[in-house]
Amino acid sequence: MIEIRDLEKVYRMGEETVAALAGVSLSIARGENVAITGSSGSGKSTLMNILGGLDRPSRGTYLFDGEDVSHFDDNALADFRNRRIGFVFQSFQLLPRLSALQNVELPMIYAGMEPDERRARARHMLERVGLGARMGHKPTQMSGGQQQRVAIARALANAPDLLLADEPTGALDTQTGNDVMALFKALNAEGLTLVIVTHDADVAAEADRRITFRDGLIVSDANGGRP
Amino acid sequence: MKRIDLVGFAAGAIAAHPMRSALTSLGVVIGVAAVVMMTSIGLGAQQRVTSAIGGLGSNLLIVSPGASRGPGGGFVSQGAGSGVSLTEDDAGAIASQVEGAVAVAPAVRGGAQLTAEGANWQSRVEGVTPDYLTARDLTIASGRMFDETEARQGRKVIVIGQTVATELFGEDADAVGKRIRVGAVPFEVVGVLTSKGQSGFGQDQDDIVLGPLQAVRSRVVGRRVQGDNVQTIYVKAATAEDMDRLQEDVTNLLRERHRIRQGADDDFSVQNMASIMEAMQASVKTFTSLLAAVAAVSLVVGGVGIMNIMLVAVTERTREIGLRMAVGARRNDVLFQFALEAVTLSVIGGIIGLVVGIGGGFLMAKLGDWPVAIAGWSIPVSLGFSLLVGVVFGAYPSWRAARLDPIEALRRE
Repeated sequence: MIEIRDLEKVYRMGEETVAALAGVSLSIARGENVAITGSSGSGKSTLMNILGGLDRPSRGTYLFDGEDVSHFDDNALADFRNRRIGFVFQSFQLLPRLSALQNVELPMIYAGMEPDERRARARHMLERVGLGARMGHKPTQMSGGQQQRVAIARALANAPDLLLADEPTGALDTQTGNDVMALFKALNAEGLTLVIVTHDADVAAEADRRITFRDGLIVSDANGGRP
Repeated sequence: MKRIDLVGFAAGAIAAHPMRSALTSLGVVIGVAAVVMMTSIGLGAQQRVTSAIGGLGSNLLIVSPGASRGPGGGFVSQGAGSGVSLTEDDAGAIASQVEGAVAVAPAVRGGAQLTAEGANWQSRVEGVTPDYLTARDLTIASGRMFDETEARQGRKVIVIGQTVATELFGEDADAVGKRIRVGAVPFEVVGVLTSKGQSGFGQDQDDIVLGPLQAVRSRVVGRRVQGDNVQTIYVKAATAEDMDRLQEDVTNLLRERHRIRQGADDDFSVQNMASIMEAMQASVKTFTSLLAAVAAVSLVVGGVGIMNIMLVAVTERTREIGLRMAVGARRNDVLFQFALEAVTLSVIGGIIGLVVGIGGGFLMAKLGDWPVAIAGWSIPVSLGFSLLVGVVFGAYPSWRAARLDPIEALRRE
C-alpha cells in the first residue's frame, strides 16, 4: 500500500541545513501492524508527518496505492488526510467546545457527509470504542483513556486506509494504555493498517514489525517473528 | 465540505463566548446606530428647511426696499425693508411688464392689538391685495377673500388666521361676519384662512390678519409707510425653472423705474426663495454628510475591534486549526470559517445597530419636536457596510488562520 523511495526531508536552520530524513526507503503492506521507534530527533515524527500528508518530502517519492502523494497540492493533501488517513495524537487533540459525538463528526463534515448519516456513523464509532453512554460528554468531562478512545473513533470516522498513531499511550497510565493498545490490536485484526510512532519499548513490542530510526535513517526493520 | 456546515462552526464559536462576542459586535452596533441616527437627523433637518421655506410660498420672489449686499456693495446691509423705495406702481409695473409672473402682491405689515367681544389678542396685520393668497399659497377655509374693489376703496374688511379666530371667538366659533377692532379701527371679518400650522422657523403661520392694502397702510401701519409705498412685493413664478429669469427681469425693471445708473447699487433687493432653499439644503446636506462621516469612523473602529478579537481567536485556537487541517479541512475551509465568524459578528452588530439607530431616530424626533425621517436607503446601506466591515476586517485574521502549518499548529500549547 505504501511505497517510499529515497525519501529526504531537509530543514533549513539559519545557515545550516538539517536532514530529518536522509534517504529512507520503506514499503508497508495493507493490514500490517508497524511500530516506528527511535530517539527524539531520529526522524520518526517527520516520517509520520509525511506519511499522514501533513508535510511534503524534500526529495524522493511517496506512493500511496500507486498515487504519488509527494506531488499533491494543499487541497489534494487535505482530501488525502480526510479520506485515507486517521490520526491519533499523544495529547488527543479533541476540540474542548464540542461533545464526543461532535468531535467524531468533524472529519465527516469535511468529507461533505449529510448530517443524519454522519451522526449515525459517529454514534456507531463511539459504541465500537466502548463510549456509547458518553456521546454527549465534553472532553473535559472524560478521563484520558476515554478521550483517547474518542480520538480513535474520530480517526476511524471516514474509514481510513491507514491509522497513524503518534505516542498514543504517552499521556495515559499503564492500564488505560494497555486498553488502548488492545483496541488498536482489535482494529488491526479487522484488517486496518496501523503505524504507531513510539519510543516506548513495551508499545513497540506489541507490533508485528518494528522499524527503528537513527539520524534520519532506518537502522533496523525487524519482523517480529512473523512470516 | 458543505457550506452550510461552516455556518454551524461559526455559530458554535460565537456562542462559545457570548460575552466576548457581544462586546465585539458592540463596536459595529454603535457605528451603525450612529450612521442611521445621523442620517435621520440630517434628513429631518432637510425636511424642516424645505417646509420652512416652502411655507413662505413656492416659486416666490420677495422684493424688499433697501440695498442688498450684492457683489461690490457695502459691507453693511441696511436691512431689507428698512428703506422705503417700493410703491404700488412698482408692483403694477411688474404685473404688467414682466412675463411669467403668476401673481404680484404688494404688502405692508404692522402689529396691532385686536379686540372683539371682550377678548383681545396681539397679532401681525398685513395690508395686501387679493393676489397675496396666490403668491403665498394660502386658501380660504370659510367666508371669502376681499376683492380688488374693496381693497382699492380701502374698505374695512379683513381675513383672519385660525389662531386669531380661536383666540378672539373661541374654538369652533364662526368668525365670518364678526367685527374686530384692529387698534382703534373696527373691521369686519369676511373670511378665515385655512390653517397652515407652525412654520419651519417655529412661527405660527395662523396668527395673522390680512386687510386691504390701503386701509391697513393708513389705519394700522401709520406714518412709517407713506403715500403709495409698500414694504414688500411678492412675485410668484409659474415654474421653479422660471425663477432666475423672473428675478433678473424684475431687477432690471425696478432699476429702470428707480432710475438707477449703471454700476450703482440697487435700492431694493430681490430674494429668490428657490435659491435660498437650495443654498440651505446644500448646507444641511453638507452637515449631514459630515455627521455621517464621523459616524462612519466609529463603524471602522468597530471593524478594528472585530479584527483584534479575531486575531486573538486565531492565536487561541491554533491547535484547533491544526486539528481541523489534520482531519481534512482545506485551507479555504479554515479561511471561510473564520471569515464567516467575523462577518456574522459584524452583521449581527449591524442589525442590532439598525434597530437601535431607528429607535434613537424616533426618540430624537420626539424629544426635539423634529419630523421622523429614517432614510430608506440607510437600512440596506448600513447592513451592506457592516457586511463589508466584517469581510474587510475579518480577511486578515482568516488569512492568518488558513496559512498556518498544521504540524506547527498541532504542537502549539
